[in-house]
Amino acid sequence: MTVIHFITAFFSDGAHWHGYDGIPTRLVEHVEFSLIALGIAAAVGLPIGLLTGHYGRGGNALALLATAARALPSFGLLVLLFVLMGLSKLPVLIPLVVLAIPPILVTTYEAVRTVDPPPVDAARGMGMHSMKILFQVELPVALPLILSGLRSAAIQVVSTATIAAYVSFGGVGRYIIDGLYQRNYEKVVGGATLVAALALATLGLFGLASRFAVSRGVRQR
Amino acid sequence: MNNGFFNMPSDLQHSYLGLIGLHLQEALLPVAIGLLLSLPIAQLCVRFKWLYPPVLWATTVLYAIPSLAFFVVLIDYTGQTKTTVVIPLSLYSLVVLVPAIVDGVRSVSPETHAAAVAMGIGPVRRYLQVELPIAVPAIFAGLRVATVSSISLVSVGALIGNQGALGNLLQDAMTFHRPIYAVSSVVTTAVLAILADTALVLVRVALTPWLPKSGRRALRGRDRANGDAGADRGAGKGPATGEPLDGGTTDVRPTAGSTL
Repeated sequence: MTVIHFITAFFSDGAHWHGYDGIPTRLVEHVEFSLIALGIAAAVGLPIGLLTGHYGRGGNALALLATAARALPSFGLLVLLFVLMGLSKLPVLIPLVVLAIPPILVTTYEAVRTVDPPPVDAARGMGMHSMKILFQVELPVALPLILSGLRSAAIQVVSTATIAAYVSFGGVGRYIIDGLYQRNYEKVVGGATLVAALALATLGLFGLASRFAVSRGVRQR
Repeated sequence: MNNGFFNMPSDLQHSYLGLIGLHLQEALLPVAIGLLLSLPIAQLCVRFKWLYPPVLWATTVLYAIPSLAFFVVLIDYTGQTKTTVVIPLSLYSLVVLVPAIVDGVRSVSPETHAAAVAMGIGPVRRYLQVELPIAVPAIFAGLRVATVSSISLVSVGALIGNQGALGNLLQDAMTFHRPIYAVSSVVTTAVLAILADTALVLVRVALTPWLPKSGRRALRGRDRANGDAGADRGAGKGPATGEPLDGGTTDVRPTAGSTL
C-alpha cells in the first residue's frame, strides 16, 4: 500500500510538526476559518429557520434559496471573489458561509415544522405564548435534527476550507496545493489525511454534542 | 459578455459548449453510476433491516471525506484522469441516494403492499410496478441533491490537473488575471445545476401523475397531522428518526420535491 507508506512518511517527518508550515499551525488556521464561517452561517440560518419553522411559512422561498445557494460552486465562487476583491479573508469566508447556510436553514425549518403537534397543542392549551412554545417545546424536540443540519454544514465547511490554500491562505489545504505543485506526493497525501481526519473529528464532536445536549426523553424515541 | 465569457482560452482545448459537455459528462455519469449501485443496496437494506444502520453509518463517514482528499489519494491509482473525479462523485451520489431510496420504498403503506400481494403480483413485479413508482418522489429528492452537488464538485477537479471541465476556467482566470473566465465558469456551472434540477423536477412531475397538486400544498400546512398522508409522512419521518445524512437529508423528503 503505497498511500499508507506516504502517510506514515509524512507524519513521522519531524520537520512537519513545527514552524509556520507545521501541522499544528495549519490545523489552527483551518479550524479558525471553519469556525468563523460556521458561526456566521449559524447566526443567519438558525433564527430564520426557527421562526419560519415555528410559523410554518416560507418553506417554498427557503427551498428555492437553498437550491440556488447549493447550485453555486464553492470553488468557483472562491476564485471569482478572489480575482475581483483581491487578497483578503472575505473571498474565503463568503463561499464557506454560502455553503453552510442551506443545510442549517432548511434542516432547522424542517425540524421545527415537523415537531409532533400534540405536545405543541398541549403547550398552547396550557397558555404558553408563541415564543415560549418555540424555545421550551419545539426546540428541545427538534434539537437532534437541528444538530444534524449543523453537523452537515460543519463537515462541508471543514472539507471545503481546504481550497482556501488555492488563493494563498493557510489551513491544511496548503499541503495539498503545495504538494501538487512541488510534485511531492507525500505532502499531498498527508494533507488529504489531515482534512479527512478533521472532518471525521467534526462528525465525532457532533455525535458527542447530541448525546449531551439532547434531552433523554427525546433521544429514546 | 462578448469578450471572454464564451471565448475559451486555447489551453483548455475545448470550446464553451465542449466544456459544458465535458462538465455534464463528469457530473452526470457519477449520478447514474450512483443510482445503479444504490438501487440494489437500498433493496438489500429494505429486505434485511439490520443492514440499514451500519450502511447508514458507513455512508455518513464516507460523505465526511472531503472530495479533494479523495481525488488526490486516488491519483496514485487512477492517475490524473477523469476516472479520478468520477469515482468519488459516484460514491457521494450513492451516499445521498441509498437513504432516499430506502425511505421511499419503506414509505409504501402496508395496505398497498398487501393489496399487491393479494392481486397475485410477484416480488419482482411488485418492486418494479408498485414500490419503485411510489418511491419516486423520495428518490427524485435524492437525485436532485446528488446532481446539483455533483455538478458543483466537478470544478474541484481542476486542482488535480486539468480534470475540472468548467472548473479549469478558474485556473485560467487566476493565471491570466481575467476575472471574466471566473464569472463564466461560476455562472455557467450554476445555470447548469439549476437547469438539471428543474429537469429532474419536471421528470418527477411526469412520473407521478397521481400526486395531487393541491393535496401537496395542504400537506405542508401545520395541521397536516390529521391528514392521512401515510406515504408522505412515512418518508418525511426518515430524517426525524435521527437519520444522519449530510445535506441530502434536508431535502430527502417529499415536500422538498414539490417545491420549485
